[in-house]
Amino acid sequence: MIKTDILIIGAGPTGLFAVFEAGLLKLKCHLIDALPQAGGQCSEIYPKKPIYDIPGFPEVLAGDLVDNLMEQIKSFQPGFTLGERAETIKKLEDGTFVVTTNKGTEHHAPVVAIAGGLGSFEPRKPLLENLSKFEDNGVAYMIKDPEVYRDKKVIIAGGGDSALDWSIFLADVASQVTLVHRRNEFRGALDSVEKVQELKDKGKLNLITPAEIIGLNGDTQLESVLIRKISDDNEELVLEVDDFIPLFGLSPKLGPIGDWGLEIEKNAIKVDTFDYQTNIPGIYAIGDVNTYPGKLKLILCGFHEATLMCQSAFQKIHPDKKYVMKYTTVGGVSGFDGTKKEAPKAVVKAIE
Amino acid sequence: MTDIKIKITDRDGVLHEIDAPTDMNMNLMEVVRSYELAPEGTIGICGGMAMCASCQCYVLSDTELPEMGDDEEAMLSEAFNVKDNSRLGCQLHITEDMDGLEVELAPEEL
Repeated sequence: MIKTDILIIGAGPTGLFAVFEAGLLKLKCHLIDALPQAGGQCSEIYPKKPIYDIPGFPEVLAGDLVDNLMEQIKSFQPGFTLGERAETIKKLEDGTFVVTTNKGTEHHAPVVAIAGGLGSFEPRKPLLENLSKFEDNGVAYMIKDPEVYRDKKVIIAGGGDSALDWSIFLADVASQVTLVHRRNEFRGALDSVEKVQELKDKGKLNLITPAEIIGLNGDTQLESVLIRKISDDNEELVLEVDDFIPLFGLSPKLGPIGDWGLEIEKNAIKVDTFDYQTNIPGIYAIGDVNTYPGKLKLILCGFHEATLMCQSAFQKIHPDKKYVMKYTTVGGVSGFDGTKKEAPKAVVKAIE
Repeated sequence: MTDIKIKITDRDGVLHEIDAPTDMNMNLMEVVRSYELAPEGTIGICGGMAMCASCQCYVLSDTELPEMGDDEEAMLSEAFNVKDNSRLGCQLHITEDMDGLEVELAPEEL
């Protein structure tokens, strides 16, 4: 069982910054996120988009903001459970919580902070009749371990960055990679598009466009897919494959958190703006996932909410301790890894 | 004139006749949200970057609309429930030319 002071659900910018504010109070954090990497929407949906309303940053790419936050919290050594979705919560007799993920990983903490944004990102699934039958039997929506596809015949569908990037990566791993997309045009980083073009020209990647996959065949394991070319005669062809990876992006769902007994309004969790606590004492909700009168879903508001949440969490965890807020310019930042950052001492010297 | 009339059929089939401001730098998705014609969290999920299709709508009137950009076209090529008259509300900036526009919100992707 993983033990921590504040268990943060959601590793987006708000959850990451909460680690920093908690660290200043000497509270340790562990984060759970359904995505395989930290950063939430910033990493998953728009890493290359500039954000203009982060105080002090006239312009910062969402991906860079995440990198900076990771650097900022590094010395507080947060733990991560990535690629797993927080599924159930149990309140123990002593008032602490156990949160279990869909993979069965258990986390124990006196305080839970839900920084779940729009919810956990679930893959968008193509509308194919027998799709669920082949899930984990040849169909996967996320690639966690590319080695699974070593020397396999793989077909990828999609027209965005992840379809391009994985086609490129798997071209060197799988025995055969086919990329199918409903249009001739792809939407991705220019170098990814060019790389796919190059692989196609070299015959290392099989590109079928405009086309879509309309059927899956196999007994229990996927054996082949039916592809329909989008043209005047709508030619259909069967392709033998071991694996089908539809990469049609992700859509967020509030998911199991919606069943935790929290007060929900407008698909968000109601909180008290005093400390962003929910109707269940000890469970807080910060960032885009919460709602209150006047709520704005902005990263900068999430940072503020995370900061106040940590103060309240400190009181809850250490009811007998006295504490006053200290500026980092005064107290510096002492990491759990033994590092200490502080302002250089001013020179006191007479000028003659 | 600062307001135009738009008819929006919500996902439950209810028709709403609303006034949409042309001077507030709003798009159709934001207008739908401001009138709460679809529950928060089910529309405009990506915030208006043409990166989800939660604001997809079907254009019912023959109102002349700006041409689709690459982003919108790419997103709609991967969205579900797409028809020939599909557009992304977030890419339709409200202008006076849109007076009389009639749209129907596409079903929520589940």
